[in-house]
Amino acid sequence: MSALTIADVERIAALAHLDLTADEKARFGKQLADILDYAQQLQTVNTEGVPATAHVHAVAGVERDDALRPSLTPQQAVANAPDAAADAGLFRVPRVIGG
Amino acid sequence: MADLSPASARTIRNDVAARKVSAVEMCRDALARIQASNPRLNSFLLVDVEDALARARKVDERLAAGEAPGALAGVPIAIKDNLCVRGMKTTAASKILATYVPPYDATVIERLEAAGAVIVGKTNCDEFAMGSSNENSAFGPVRNPWALSRTPGGSSGGSAAAVAAAQVPLALGSDTGGSIRQPASFCGVVGLKPTYGRVSRYGLLAFASSLDQIGPFARSVDDAALALGVIAGPDRADATSSREPVPDLTAALTGDVKGLRVGVPRTFVSEGVDDGVKAAFDAALAVLESAGARLVDVELPHAPYGVPAYYLVCTAEASSNLARYDGVKYGYRSKAAADGLQAMYTHSRSEGFGAEVKRRIMLGTYVLSAGYYDAFYLKAQQVRTLLRRDYDRAFDAADVIAMPTSPIPPFGLGEKTDDPLQMYLADIFTVSANLAGVPAISVPCGFVERGGDRLPIGFQLAGRPFDEPTLLRAADAYERLTRWPTVAPPS
Repeated sequence: MSALTIADVERIAALAHLDLTADEKARFGKQLADILDYAQQLQTVNTEGVPATAHVHAVAGVERDDALRPSLTPQQAVANAPDAAADAGLFRVPRVIGG
Repeated sequence: MADLSPASARTIRNDVAARKVSAVEMCRDALARIQASNPRLNSFLLVDVEDALARARKVDERLAAGEAPGALAGVPIAIKDNLCVRGMKTTAASKILATYVPPYDATVIERLEAAGAVIVGKTNCDEFAMGSSNENSAFGPVRNPWALSRTPGGSSGGSAAAVAAAQVPLALGSDTGGSIRQPASFCGVVGLKPTYGRVSRYGLLAFASSLDQIGPFARSVDDAALALGVIAGPDRADATSSREPVPDLTAALTGDVKGLRVGVPRTFVSEGVDDGVKAAFDAALAVLESAGARLVDVELPHAPYGVPAYYLVCTAEASSNLARYDGVKYGYRSKAAADGLQAMYTHSRSEGFGAEVKRRIMLGTYVLSAGYYDAFYLKAQQVRTLLRRDYDRAFDAADVIAMPTSPIPPFGLGEKTDDPLQMYLADIFTVSANLAGVPAISVPCGFVERGGDRLPIGFQLAGRPFDEPTLLRAADAYERLTRWPTVAPPS
């Protein structure tokens, strides 16, 4: 398998909302290529007609009563935010529109 | 050899229940032990003396008021720092969560406290539980109490070291691909990964949701069973927690393994295993056999594919789970926030995450991306199915399955940090239990000498889903016949 190019690494980083240094791009590119190369051995396993396991227990649609129960207050919910309008119980982010 | 063992969790509980000692006294004892050895071990990231004593005082008050003593009354316990404790800083050993104070308790914490356990602090780990050596902590590695130049294993290295150094009799960790069992093996203590779904994950900072499971560290199988009995059981806050009833795990420890079928995947365990580990493993099998267990050959044909399947599945899930760390709701926000929302997301994550976490997010993002999904992620999930079927078949012939926990003894700090793939390969014997969802335990099975250090080795047993009673019975029977020391001598 061919090594990951710097452009590949940059594309993945952008999808993951990561900004890598030049050194990280080179290092991760090589390390990820090594790992993916190693993972290629899975291709030798015959999986024709084998269903995928996303989860080991076949539980689906677990339901509970739709009953009221205590939850966090808005103030508690925003207490850890790096920039919150705590009194209003709101998160604050940089301006998105009309900046 | 001199008995270095401090009291077990069960002894402490019984003494506190009988009012022979108080929870506060036991808490002070643990705090003193932590204070004495933490500077060299770095096993705890947070110890709040006043908070711990207040928690202990509450237990004593409940007993004084006539409340029936809980199963862990007055037992000091350490909590891996990826488990939320209300009001107690919980960082996942990451810079991105360095100031996070959870507004709620994980379900396991509620259950521990209801049973009278006293939380004394938060233990160090690999960042977001990603690693096998504890070297990925943003707050420095933990040192192995048996050999300070070596890793305690990971990711729950702090919890394992805390129990091995007798700072506490019990600790909780989490195990996604071996993160309880491998450090238990490296530190010479007992580490139990329950069946997937046995313990609620509510309040565990998610790494790979289909694999993560919380479990105990202890210095005996009996104490591990005691702790699991407290934290196990269905929880409305975790839809993946199982409604299977929790049996009496202590009653299961009969010491009797006559006729028990111990499956040994000979082909799988024959390659790439350190000679000392292999010898300790073979000796452990012989002990069980001498007690009347029957060794049977089993095959796990897809187990050799466990590492690649695991690292594709867990990183895919991690890339999704860790998308929530974006500088908005909690944790670190970059100064670059002034450059707009996208810059805030990207810079907060890039400055807040360490190298291994970035690497795994990148790998997971790649295997989920268009054009690679079928070849990598879907393929890994199909192999996961085949591996589960291997276990199902093996459990037709055997009641438990034995393997070494780690193919190698504890290695030196810094020895593998430059080569992530080499680090991953050492997870070969632990990842398959997570992929298959079966319970597994590591118990001490002896020591090897390496470079002048006396290093613990772990013996791993896996059981049928939700058959912790048989698994614990086998592990306990082995322990009764061997009694390896589980407390590292003070260095």
